Amino acid sequence: MDLGAAVFYAVAAATIVASLGVVVTRSVVYSALLLILALALTGLVYLLLLSDFLALVQILVYGGTVSILLLFALMLTRPRESPVLNHSGWPLAALGAVLTLGTLVFAVVTTSWGDLARTFASSASTAERTARSAAPARLGPEELGTALFTTWAVPFEIASVVLLVALVGSLLVARASEDSEAVSEAEPLPGPQSQAEAGA
Amino acid sequence: MVPIEHVLIFNAIMFCIGMYGVMARRNGVLVLMAIELMLNAVAINLVAFSSRIDPVGGSGIVFAIFVITIAAAELGLGLAIVLRVYRMRTSVNVDEVDFMRW
Repeated sequence: MDLGAAVFYAVAAATIVASLGVVVTRSVVYSALLLILALALTGLVYLLLLSDFLALVQILVYGGTVSILLLFALMLTRPRESPVLNHSGWPLAALGAVLTLGTLVFAVVTTSWGDLARTFASSASTAERTARSAAPARLGPEELGTALFTTWAVPFEIASVVLLVALVGSLLVARASEDSEAVSEAEPLPGPQSQAEAGA
Repeated sequence: MVPIEHVLIFNAIMFCIGMYGVMARRNGVLVLMAIELMLNAVAINLVAFSSRIDPVGGSGIVFAIFVITIAAAELGLGLAIVLRVYRMRTSVNVDEVDFMRW
């Protein structure tokens, strides 16, 4: 076994342990910290699968923003009573997850991936094949950027619209209740108009 | 070089852990975290397909970028809804959020 494979198996095992910790630990803060660890290890997996740009994106997006967002959400939603984190039906959920895992592993083992790769390579046109033989084996940010803004330009624009809608929508959802609370709290107090009248 | 089957089985395990978390957790924030785990497993799968089956096309990596984008948008929106529910109910337990049931 070469060094790269050994490192991959070690990272994969650590990621699985961290993910298990996310769903079984009894403290929400430990759960969030283990999730950040699992997402950072996922960045390492991307690096081992030879996509360094994606590893960078993973660390930036998940390690930088998503973790902060999750920790803030946990701090803002502290439950009053001592929390019971799991449903009473969690053994059923575990059974369902294990059955799904069995199905997925069966599907992975029975599929012949080598044939699939060969079929994929032979189905490419000759122009593509010459491009493939000329292209470098590793996809750098340059090739990815070219692909993103030529082949995938329309999905890219749709994704930007989705991001904008999500931004405005989450702002609306988070702000609206503040306004209604402010109105309901202000109602029993004298309004600014009556105060102005009293001052006059 | 790690064979693709091992990468796929690793991601199947991670996906099922996330699935268990979605079904078993009561806290809304923890459910969102488990959804992040599932989306991550799928993104690694796409990268594995890209690097093992189509090493120079790059479609899998572009798809993984889109998955990360949508996951970030989903998490922001989900946390906004959780915060709103917490203000209305002072609870983030998903089994107590039943005011949209008819």
